[in-house]
Amino acid sequence: MRLESRTAVSRIAPLYSGIGAILFTLAVSGLLIFWANADVLSAYKAIFEGALGSRFAITETLTRATPLILTGLAAAIAFRARLFNIGAEGQLYMGAIAAVAASTLMMNEANELALPAPMAFAAMIAAGAAAGAALLLIPTLLKTRFKVDEVVTTLLLNFIALLFVSLLLDGPLKDPAAMGWPQSPTLPSELEFSKLLDRARVHTGLLMAIGLAILLWFVIRFTRFGLAMRAVGANEQAARFAGVGVNFTLIKVALISGALAGLAGVGEVAGRTGYVTLDMSPGYGYSGIVIAMLAGLNPIGVVFAAVFVGGTIVGADAMSRAVNVPTYIADVIVATALLAVLVAGLLTRYRVVWRNPKVPGGSR
Amino acid sequence: MNALTLSHISKRFGELVANDDISLSLDKGEVLALLGENGAGKSTLMNILFGHYVADSGSISVFGDVLPPGDPRAAIARGLGMVHQHFTLADNLSVLDNVMLGTESITRMRTSRAEALARLRSLAERFGLQINADALVRSLAVGEKQRVEILKALYRGARILILDEPTSVLTPQEATQLFATLRQLVAEGLSIIFISHKLDEVLAISHRVAVLRSGKLVFEGPTQSATKSSLARAMIGRDVESSGESRADGRRAISEKPTLLIEKISAQGEDARISLHDVSLALRAGEIVAIAGVSGNGQSLLADVLFGVERPIAGHVQLNGEPVALNASAMVKAGVARVPEDRQHVGSVGDLSVWENAILPRVSDARFSNMGLLKSNAARGYTRELVSKFDVRLSSIEHPIRKLSGGNIQKLLLGRELSESPTLIVAAQPTWGLDVGAVSFIHEELSRAAARGAAVLLISEDLDEVFALADRIAVMSRGRLGKALPTGHWTLESLGLAMAGEPSEHAGADNHAA
Repeated sequence: MRLESRTAVSRIAPLYSGIGAILFTLAVSGLLIFWANADVLSAYKAIFEGALGSRFAITETLTRATPLILTGLAAAIAFRARLFNIGAEGQLYMGAIAAVAASTLMMNEANELALPAPMAFAAMIAAGAAAGAALLLIPTLLKTRFKVDEVVTTLLLNFIALLFVSLLLDGPLKDPAAMGWPQSPTLPSELEFSKLLDRARVHTGLLMAIGLAILLWFVIRFTRFGLAMRAVGANEQAARFAGVGVNFTLIKVALISGALAGLAGVGEVAGRTGYVTLDMSPGYGYSGIVIAMLAGLNPIGVVFAAVFVGGTIVGADAMSRAVNVPTYIADVIVATALLAVLVAGLLTRYRVVWRNPKVPGGSR
Repeated sequence: MNALTLSHISKRFGELVANDDISLSLDKGEVLALLGENGAGKSTLMNILFGHYVADSGSISVFGDVLPPGDPRAAIARGLGMVHQHFTLADNLSVLDNVMLGTESITRMRTSRAEALARLRSLAERFGLQINADALVRSLAVGEKQRVEILKALYRGARILILDEPTSVLTPQEATQLFATLRQLVAEGLSIIFISHKLDEVLAISHRVAVLRSGKLVFEGPTQSATKSSLARAMIGRDVESSGESRADGRRAISEKPTLLIEKISAQGEDARISLHDVSLALRAGEIVAIAGVSGNGQSLLADVLFGVERPIAGHVQLNGEPVALNASAMVKAGVARVPEDRQHVGSVGDLSVWENAILPRVSDARFSNMGLLKSNAARGYTRELVSKFDVRLSSIEHPIRKLSGGNIQKLLLGRELSESPTLIVAAQPTWGLDVGAVSFIHEELSRAAARGAAVLLISEDLDEVFALADRIAVMSRGRLGKALPTGHWTLESLGLAMAGEPSEHAGADNHAA
C-alpha cells in the first residue's frame, strides 16, 4: 500500500473530504457511545443541544471558545513559520499570573488602583502578553542560536512555568483571604473584562480574540512580515537564499505567538475566574494545537475550530448528565475529528494504491 | 561463466533517458570499472541492478539465473553487495552489531553472537580485512568504516561487490590499502564493479572499463587498451566543439577593472570532505568565466559563498572595487544576480505563489512594499511583465510556483534577476535538467547580459555549456581553483584531465589567477 499523487484535484474535493471527515467522526464516536450502553442518537442530540440548543448553551460555548481561539492563534502563527510552539499552556499561565502580579503592583495601601483604570487595564494586558512572549523567547533563542529543538524545550517549559506559578501561589501571590488554598488575590473589578450579555459568562475577551484573529489573517496575507514568515515556514533554505532574515523572523513570530497565549491567560483571569489557580486551564494550551491543525493554520478558521471544540466540550458535559456517558467522549470526538480532517486532506491530494507498486521512481 | 549479465537495459524518467539499451557483463574474478560524469546514468543502472528501480526493458541475470525485477531482497540473496559512497553504518553500535544487523530473523529469540563473531573473524582473515569486532563504529577511521561496509556485504554472502566511488572518502594511503584488499577479493573469486571518475585508479585496478555518457554505453574494452586521454574523451564526449567558434560574438567590451574580485577565499562545507582553499578569481565586465569541475569538488560551496548563504573562513570579495558583505540581502542590494543550482528548493519557495516568489528577494524595495504592507497590485503587474518578457508558461501567477515545470521556474528566476540590470551574474548549473528549448533560451539571456556589460560567473558541470558560453574557463578540483584561461587554450582532453585532478601544462600548476 502506498500513496500516489493525484494529477488533478477536483474543486469540490474539500467539500467531500469535509463531509467525509464529519461522518467518520460521528461514526467512530457513535460506536463508543453505543459501547457505553447509551442511545447514540439521543446522546448526539444532547451534545448538540448542550452546545448550541439554548441561550445559556451558546454563551457557555463561546466562553469556552475564547481562550481556545487565542491559544489556537498562538499555535497557528508559530506553526506557519515552522516554529513548533508546544508551550502555549505554560505561556497561558504566565500571562495569567503576570496580569495578577501587575494588578497587585498597581494597588496602593488602601487596596485601590493607584492608576487611572484604563491605564491600569492596558498595563495588565501588556504584562500578560509580555510574560507569554518572554517564555517563548527563551526556547526560540536557543533554537536560532544553538539549534536546540524547540518541541522539547517548549514542552518542558510548560512544567517549569506551572511549578513557578505554583510557587507564587503558595508564596508572594497567595491570597491571604483564601483560607490556605493556593490561589492568587482577586483582580479589582475595574480590571475585569466586562460581560457581553446579562446572566452569562461570555465576556469582551471574545471580541478581543476575534479581532486578533482578523488582524493576524491580515498580517499573514498582506504584509511584508507575513510573506517573510510564510517563506520561512515553507522553505527556510530558500527564504535565507532570498535574503529573508530567518532568525529575526522566527523571533518576531515567537513574540507574537507567546503574547497570544499569554493573552489567553489574561482573558481567563480577567474575564472569567478573577484569580489564578493551578486548575484554571484544562489544557487550553494543548487544545490550541489541535484547533490550529483543524483550521489548517488559518486564523479565521481558528475561530470556527475553537467554537467547535469549545462546543463539543460543553455539549459533552450536558450529554453526560443526560445519558450518562463519560465526558471523555468530548476528547474522543475532537481527536477523531482532527485525525479525520488530516487524513481527508491527504486523500484530496493523494490516492491510495493497494496493489503492486509501479516502482518508486523519482530522482536519478 | 559470467557472474553478471545486463542485457539491453533501458530506463526513462519522463523525457529523460537515464539508461539507453545498456548491455554489460562481468566475469568471475574480474574488476570492471564503470566510468561516467554525474548524470551519465551510473546510479540509475545500479539502482536497477539492486531492484530499487524496475527497468523499462531489458533483463539481468546473476550466475546464469534471471533476477526478478524490483526485488532488492532477491538481489542480495543472489550474491550482490553494495558499498555505498556514504556509509550506512550505525555509529553507536559495535562492528559486530553492524555486521549482524538485519541478518537474523526477528522471530528468533536468541542471537548467536559467538557464531557470528567466528564467521566475521574467518571472513576478515580470508580477505585480509583486519578489524576489531568489538570497537564502536563511531571510533573508527573512514578507511576502517569502509572495511566494515565490505565485511557487511561479504557476511551477507556477496559474490559480486559494487563499490560506489570508494576512494572519494579515503586518503591516498587508505586507497592503496583498499586496492590491495580488492585484489585479494578478486583472487578469491569475487567479482567487482568499481564506480569512479578518477582515471588513475581505474587504470590501476580494473581489468575492463565501461564508460557511460548521457545514458548510453559509449565505450567498453580491456583496460590495457585504454589511456587516460581516451577515457576522458569518452567520458566527456567527442562531439563537443573545443574552440570558441560557437560563442556569441560581438560582446567583448571587456574593461580592465574587475567587476568581481575574489581574493583567497577559504571555506568549509557542511559535508566535511568539501572545502575551498585560497580560491581567487577576477571577473571583468562583459565577460563570461566558467568554472568547470566534477561535482563535489567545491564549486557549489563557492557558489554558496557568492550567494551570501555560506560564510567563508578567510578571504574577501570585492564588487566594482568595493568590499561587499557576504550575506544574501547585501548581495541583492549590491546588484548581484544569483541563480542557484537547485531552483525548486533554494531558488524558489514552492508553496508561495508565482508573484510572491518573483518579489521575495526585493520585497523591502519601495516598488513592492510600503510601511510593511505589500503592494500586491504592483507586485502582480511586475510579475506579469516578467512572465511575458521571459516567456514563462503558466496558467496563473496566483498558483504556487511548484506547479510550474523546472524550465519555467528557471526562466522566472532568471528573469527576476536579469531584469534588475545586474553588474554581476552568478549562475550555478543554470540549465541542469532542462529541455533543449529552455537551455538555449537561458544561454541566450546570459550571453545578452554579458553583451550589455555584466560580468557572468558560470559554474557548470556541463562541458558543452562551458565551451559554448565561456570566454575563459577555470577548473575546480578538490577545492582549489586553477587559472582561468581563454577558452581557446583548452581542449577536451586537457579539461577532462584537469577536472580529474591531473596536473597538465594548462592547469593546476600555478593556482593564482589574477
